Amino acid sequence: MFGRLSWAAIPFDQPIIMITVATVGIVLGSVLGLVTLKGWWPYLWREWITSVDHKRIGVMYMVLALVMLIRGFSDAIMMRTQQALAAGGAMGYLPPEHFDQIFSAHGTIMIFFMAMPFVIGLMNFAVPLQLGVRDVAFPVLNSVSFWLTAAGVLLINLSLFIGEFARTGWLAYPPLSELAYSPGVGVDYYLWSLQISGLGTLLSGINLTTTILKIRAPGMGYARMPVFCWTALASNLLIVAAFPVLTATFAMLLLDRYCDFHFFTNDLGGNPMMYVSLIWIWGHPEVYILILPAFGVFSEVVATFSGKPLFGYRSMVLATMAICVLSFIVWLHHFFTMGAGADVNAFFGIMTMIIAVPTGVKIFNWLFTLYGGRVRFTVPVYWTLGFMVTFVIGGMTGVLMAIPPADFVLHNSLFLIAHFHNVAIGGVVFGVMAGYNYWFPKAFGFKLNERLGKAVFWCWFFGFYLAFMPLYALGLMGATRRMQHYPDLNWQPLMQVALSGAVLIFLGIVLTGVQLAVSIRARGRNRDLTGDPWGGRTLEWATPSPPPAWNFTRLPQVDRGDAYWAAKQGSGPALVPGAERPIGPVHVPRNTPVGVFVAFFVVMLGFALIWRIEWLAVLGLIGAVAVALWQAWQKDREMIVAADEVSNFERLNVRRPA
Amino acid sequence: MSATAESLGVNPEVPISLQGPAPARVVAGFGFWLFLLSDIILFAALFAAYAVLSSATAGGPTGAELFDKRHVFMETLCLLTSSVTCGFGTLAVTRTDARSVYLWMMATFALGVAFVWMELSEFVGMVSMGAGPSHSAFLSSFFALVGTHGLHVSLGLAWLVIMLLQMSTIGFQPMVARRFFCFGLFWHALDIVWIGVFSIVYLGAH
Repeated sequence: MFGRLSWAAIPFDQPIIMITVATVGIVLGSVLGLVTLKGWWPYLWREWITSVDHKRIGVMYMVLALVMLIRGFSDAIMMRTQQALAAGGAMGYLPPEHFDQIFSAHGTIMIFFMAMPFVIGLMNFAVPLQLGVRDVAFPVLNSVSFWLTAAGVLLINLSLFIGEFARTGWLAYPPLSELAYSPGVGVDYYLWSLQISGLGTLLSGINLTTTILKIRAPGMGYARMPVFCWTALASNLLIVAAFPVLTATFAMLLLDRYCDFHFFTNDLGGNPMMYVSLIWIWGHPEVYILILPAFGVFSEVVATFSGKPLFGYRSMVLATMAICVLSFIVWLHHFFTMGAGADVNAFFGIMTMIIAVPTGVKIFNWLFTLYGGRVRFTVPVYWTLGFMVTFVIGGMTGVLMAIPPADFVLHNSLFLIAHFHNVAIGGVVFGVMAGYNYWFPKAFGFKLNERLGKAVFWCWFFGFYLAFMPLYALGLMGATRRMQHYPDLNWQPLMQVALSGAVLIFLGIVLTGVQLAVSIRARGRNRDLTGDPWGGRTLEWATPSPPPAWNFTRLPQVDRGDAYWAAKQGSGPALVPGAERPIGPVHVPRNTPVGVFVAFFVVMLGFALIWRIEWLAVLGLIGAVAVALWQAWQKDREMIVAADEVSNFERLNVRRPA
Repeated sequence: MSATAESLGVNPEVPISLQGPAPARVVAGFGFWLFLLSDIILFAALFAAYAVLSSATAGGPTGAELFDKRHVFMETLCLLTSSVTCGFGTLAVTRTDARSVYLWMMATFALGVAFVWMELSEFVGMVSMGAGPSHSAFLSSFFALVGTHGLHVSLGLAWLVIMLLQMSTIGFQPMVARRFFCFGLFWHALDIVWIGVFSIVYLGAH
């Protein structure tokens, strides 16, 4: 009746897990209770859960990412604590089978459910506004994508309480992840939650690529697009090209596990090394899917707060697209040690070094933009400067490891861990934090507290260096990744320094919450009434903060890059020619619960497949298909905002530039 | 070129990249093209796996011993012919000629069913002679690649039924016409994938 599911699946005997369960239960219960008591459900349902507005969906992606940052960070600080304790004869407080689940969950959650939703959220929010249009290409699909990601999040977090998570590392290499060596539900949780959220990511990639290539304001030619839109284009092209490989690879592993296929098994001709190759054909572009939009944020921030156009716009675009292409021919550097031979390793080593060139071009462009500018040192600028220092170090250690002989020494050591956290935190996290502080006033109509924002930055900045510089040294001393304990007491002091760094980052995360709370309380004093709090250059700042559901009452007419800046300076034509004409009604897509309903049934399907409950799987599948069919028959997908309402909004909110 | 632009209701004097948001039909078609590209990449991964594993027969039967090329040729004929009928059906949609749409799309459906039926009979035959997907890595990759294509065709058949139902209930609305257009793209794309399967898997069997 319930497949493999029984009471034994709940780890009652594990105090750490049960305390976590209780804490999460209390927090979740109080939030849901508060929402119920205050009667906020109808509002949440109407304005957020069923929303197809790209801005709302973007915000929901980012909320999801911030919550998952807490989850992923809890795993991180548990690992750092364990490694600070478990030296010599000491065994720490985490048993090996639990420690293995924690490092697997940390990597999986941070990449797929923290970094990805954050980056996709920023793109969802900012891209249509920057392009000067009313929405993405497929608004309903956008909602479905978000809710599929949320479904993956729900499933992976269920593994904490019901059953177990994978003990196979964040990429679940076979043969360890095969049924023979991982017979439990851990790997199944991993595979199904990533298949479901991966589908959401792919659909989102198709949606945003179509938006950027087909839906831009009149006159917004490619060479006039803001650089963030270019980086978003590159990132989404990579999603469309890389995520199907992930889906196919996981499908093969699922067939091995569920249907006794032999793609990656040790016996009957299976080839585990093929999995490693396939997964990194997705995995390396994935790195650039995350970092390119962060580069876009830095470009916007640098230009805005220097009060200058971005230096070398065309070279920036070319560098972005070069990285987009090159990212597909470097994947083998993740497994130089596999034995592909000197020629193959040499080719991929050289390609890896070449990809550093366009990245270097970008760094110089940002420096030259700052040079001679009147730089305003706001929170986003702090993150940007911190990024430029930190990322260059991470890039150089990356080029170091691109040399195959060096990589043979450093492979799977803590040096590697330090390297990729150096670029992932110094690049992606700094980038999304810059973007969060930069676009927050646009989304909510008031600024975030600057002092606390800077405090958050310093915590992350010093926290990062304290946590990861020791790991470079430890890697050179011979420490490998994923150690539950180690015999060499000489490593312990550096491990303790690393823990102190993690504590500092923890303070940064707490202060992010404090910053948000303080800013909400003081919002009356920090309102952005102009829609252009930073003196921006791109079209999103031409809308009121927050923008109406339809973004632009009249689509702007663009004749150059940074057209909004030119219009403000009086050096270009007005953005909206014929603004004196009467305002007509506006069509906006109608909200729909399709996304959340599909996700509901897909969670049911995923859970049933993980626990092998056949009837529930069939029910989930039928439910999801039924919802999709119901949607296919909906004819009335748009609603009309009356001209009166639009002109009222305009009268109350819009301050015309120049 | 300009004729197409005019039929889409845009000014041919302005370069297409500067004309503002594209019409819904173009946007839907373009998005679906991107989906098809991603689908073809999924098949590329399966083809790559097949290429790696095709000689990993683990002492079991090889492709040359298992495949009946005549049977597969008939399968191929069914699928390629169904692409032609699907093309005529799509043209009938643009003429909003319901009778022709039914006629051509029913023919497409019948040919598609014949294809799936022949593929299933091949699979059943192989499994019953002990050459199922669990037997070797080669057979795993064969069943996964060819089976994924077959699954796509089956889903396409279900989609076709839904489209005919949509046409009979809500008629030739622009939304329905767009979906028919996307269905056509999907069906032709599956042909392209099948040509790869036929050449690499069946004709390349060794």
